Amino acid sequence: MNTDNTQNTPNPENPEQAEDGAPRVENVNPTGGVALPDLESFRKRLVNRQRRGSIWARFMSLSLVVAIVALLALAYNIVDAAFGYVLTENVIEPTEVVEFVLTDVRNDTTTDPATVDLATLGASELAAVLREYQEPRLRVYIRDFLSVVPDDEFTQAPIRESLAGSSFRGQFADLTINDLDAAEWTLILGNNIPQDRLVGLVRTEVIGERILETWSLTESVTGFAEIDEARVAAVEGQNPNARLEFRSWLNINFLISPMSTNPAIAGIRTALLGTLWVMIITVGFSFPLGVGAALYLQEYADDNWLTRVISTNIRNLAGVPSIIYGLLGLSVFVIALEGITTGRSILSASLTLGLLILPVMIVNSQEALRAVPPSVREGSYGLGATRWQTIWRSVLPAAMPGILTGTILGMSRAIGETAPLLALGASTFLVVDPSGPFSRFTVLPIQIYQWTSRPSDQWRSLASAAIIVLIILLLSLNAAAIYMRQRFRRKLQP
Amino acid sequence: MESEYGAENEQSPPAAVGRQPGPVAAIRMRRDADLAAALRKRPRVGEMIIRYVLLFCGLVSIFTTVGIVIVNTTTAIEFFTVDEVSPIDFFTNTVWRPAAYNPDATYNPGLIPIGVLPLLYATLFTSFIALIVAVPLGLGSAIYLAEYAPERVRNTLKPILEILAGIPTVVLGYFALTFMTPLLQAIPGLNVQIFNMAAPGLVMGVMIIPTISSMSEDAISSVPRELREASYGLGATRFESITKVVLPAALSGLVAAFILGLARAVGETMIVALAAGSAPADLLNNFLNPFVAGETMTGHIARITGGDLPYDSIQYRSLFAIGLTLFVSTLALNLISQWVSRRFREAYE
Amino acid sequence: MTQNGAYAIELKDVSVYYGDNLAVDKVNLKIQNQKITAFIGPSGCGKSTVLRALNRMNDLISSARVEGEVIFREQNLYGPNIDPVEVRRRIGMVFQKPNPFPKSIFDNVAYGPRLLGIRNRHDLSDIVESSLKGAYLWDEVRQDLKKSGLALSGGQQQRLCIARTIAVEPEIILMDEPASALDPISTQAIEELMKDLVQNQKFTIIIVTHNMQQAQRVSDYTAFYSIRKAEETEGKERRWGVLVEFEPTRQLFESPKSEETERYIGGEFG
Repeated sequence: MNTDNTQNTPNPENPEQAEDGAPRVENVNPTGGVALPDLESFRKRLVNRQRRGSIWARFMSLSLVVAIVALLALAYNIVDAAFGYVLTENVIEPTEVVEFVLTDVRNDTTTDPATVDLATLGASELAAVLREYQEPRLRVYIRDFLSVVPDDEFTQAPIRESLAGSSFRGQFADLTINDLDAAEWTLILGNNIPQDRLVGLVRTEVIGERILETWSLTESVTGFAEIDEARVAAVEGQNPNARLEFRSWLNINFLISPMSTNPAIAGIRTALLGTLWVMIITVGFSFPLGVGAALYLQEYADDNWLTRVISTNIRNLAGVPSIIYGLLGLSVFVIALEGITTGRSILSASLTLGLLILPVMIVNSQEALRAVPPSVREGSYGLGATRWQTIWRSVLPAAMPGILTGTILGMSRAIGETAPLLALGASTFLVVDPSGPFSRFTVLPIQIYQWTSRPSDQWRSLASAAIIVLIILLLSLNAAAIYMRQRFRRKLQP
Repeated sequence: MESEYGAENEQSPPAAVGRQPGPVAAIRMRRDADLAAALRKRPRVGEMIIRYVLLFCGLVSIFTTVGIVIVNTTTAIEFFTVDEVSPIDFFTNTVWRPAAYNPDATYNPGLIPIGVLPLLYATLFTSFIALIVAVPLGLGSAIYLAEYAPERVRNTLKPILEILAGIPTVVLGYFALTFMTPLLQAIPGLNVQIFNMAAPGLVMGVMIIPTISSMSEDAISSVPRELREASYGLGATRFESITKVVLPAALSGLVAAFILGLARAVGETMIVALAAGSAPADLLNNFLNPFVAGETMTGHIARITGGDLPYDSIQYRSLFAIGLTLFVSTLALNLISQWVSRRFREAYE
Repeated sequence: MTQNGAYAIELKDVSVYYGDNLAVDKVNLKIQNQKITAFIGPSGCGKSTVLRALNRMNDLISSARVEGEVIFREQNLYGPNIDPVEVRRRIGMVFQKPNPFPKSIFDNVAYGPRLLGIRNRHDLSDIVESSLKGAYLWDEVRQDLKKSGLALSGGQQQRLCIARTIAVEPEIILMDEPASALDPISTQAIEELMKDLVQNQKFTIIIVTHNMQQAQRVSDYTAFYSIRKAEETEGKERRWGVLVEFEPTRQLFESPKSEETERYIGGEFG
């Protein structure tokens, strides 16, 4: 192109605009022999070159637009499934249940059943409801909730053994469950199962809310006529009690109800508690280790082969796929150390995740320690402090906000991790609240995975509601991290 | 001198107008009656213990690596030394169907049909699709952010990429299954199965855009300004300067970014576990068809460990052979990426 | 005071190396008790290096190595059995840039005493008050001892650092260009404080300064350091610092013995 011989160099600050100014090229040829393009064709070519450039520039900005569109699509996709019309049907209406309790149990005929919420009924009242509507299944409930012996021995074993740990009348200790009558079964249920679990039991077993059909938010907004048609068809057909309601799948009951086989009443309580437990132990494990390793590398280690091996290793661990950590945790924590961790427990999950986020924690802590000016260390040494005194009293407090920020970022990595926990054998269906490090566990992402992998729309809606909860958790963690970072900056530069 | 100090310190406060000694002075001076003793080096046991405790913390990461290697290799060796398994067959057999074991089969008699190729193929194929998406988009956004975007735009756009990078992959798996697949199915003329490799591949592409973008942006930004100016000075347009000078100069940094992106795609589990299906790819009939199901190595590990396979079964042990393959390949990719980017950095330092 | 060899600290053939490079060559000095001694000289002459050798701050730089003897009350601080931490408790240091800890004023001053194991709140308050008074800072901060040390002005921060140092009652205070980052008024305050520390509070001060006027204003003795150069192979140059002259300040500035000193204080180089 020989543009180096023309005097028309586009302004480097703003080359895009170069074509605007008329180039003042004199048709002189300083190089003599080599022919340069004449002014007219040069201008034409320049315009073309500029045009090509701006087209590509547009494409490049477009690639960011694609990323943004993907994010928006993701958000839309989640919200779309989390809200919308559902067609539900109850086998027995809640008011009917309440009315039964008021009239037959409390002998109260004056209160309007519509004013009493099912969830406020007492445990014995709920047990009475179960007896009234599901008497043949009472023993099944006892077996599922209270029995401590294998299912096939339940009917033969004396209740002294089968119901060990539950309360029952002493005179029945040597009888089997089949020797008792419905009144006794009801008593055992009412005395031993917590009220909130009984409420759930009544909801599933008696009221039996079923979701017949669900619609997405988009469908709910744009196609109400069709939805109503579906309702009419259902009411006139096999589901006379069908009712159409606009449902936010994300609601209070969703947060506080345990997992259930019935999507209408399934919730994430167990998973949320599991996530909470796992997070606490994960951080409790990886925070001291991560900060300790960072302190060693940053404040103690000389530049020798061991230090280099550790640093290189940390960098490479950060790139190991998380499922590999799952295999490690499975072999070491679940199988080899079963005696300590009791196998597929919250503790195993936490230790695995702790190892997983350790590289992040170390690198972030190192960065926070590096940000502490050397003058802080000098000042402390100058007063006669030992190395550890200097670290403990000066360096760590100054670095702590940065370290905490890094910890939160490590947590937000751990809180969304699914694959390693899947590999460890997270429980797929767990209704009992975790009670400590040795409980079996499920966590929010596992719950999302479970629900997503089921084919029907109802489960997808539950999954999207759980995703919203997970993302809110993540966003609040990140907001906390940003807040801490700002405070940290302000503190270091007054 | 000695006597002067001694006398002052033991009994009376300094005679001069100076301050009365505070509690510190009292402590210090009492000890300093014998300065030689006071200055003598004493073993600081606490300090030593702390040093070793911290060293131990640093070593935990080494233990982790060693643990990963040992766990995967020992179980993989157990797997390979079973009579029904041959390492050669494992890496060459195009069928993964351990349940269909028939000792009298005509094909490879006595061997369980447990070839890793279908899983490897699905892993590479989905990762390849992801790179097709992420390389141009990641590079494009990196160039835009580094070369075109005004400061203010960059400050608003970069957090968006960070949000994208922070989304849990199980959520992206949900997205692939419930959005991307229906989207592909809506395209007329395509026969897209519910579980397929295209949708998770595309979504993984979106997932690694931030990785590629931020690393590429670093590489582009660290190309010295003089190079650009030299190009402008020779009459090149901005776009010509970028493509002919900046990108070639940043090439190894960009390659490092692509390799790292590839490593992330290869190791990604949840997206493929949810959306790519649970059947090994059929290499014979549907080779290179992205619209059919194909279980990846990671997806397979997740599905089988999540099930209730006994820990001493051949199939359970085979997972560690896959895990070892996965670990070695991602480690190699990471090391190559680091090596390439280090060479790039050396060129400009 | 000076009879019986009563020196605060004495340097015998002190050389400092960074790795294999000689930084300061064979310094011999006898610092007088309860006086201010100034180290002056051009940049790179090693005056700060010598200062940091006095309380073994150089130990914190892994490549640094000190030869020779530093005698502090008959103890060689570089002897085989000396604990550098104990040395620094007795020979305190104030740095060029004010470096209060990112803690409250109270905690800054109480830092040293706490290291010595003083936990009693009442004792700590006493020490903090007397140290702040000693550093001329009490009246300005007595109302807000809980305020961050970083919230103070530059001059106040430096006085806080001095208060922090005198709270552990060292015998010698090393000051590395303590006023170079400060404005003239703060500088004046620091200089007056230094005089008071020596005259009324019985400290010994060694100060490194770039500023010859400052050396003349505050110091009783002045040590002048300079640079020696040697050509190495391939045009590479080696530079190290030496002590040229050490005299009472007045004498050094009015009738320097060395021509090099005369040129330096005459402003011809440096």
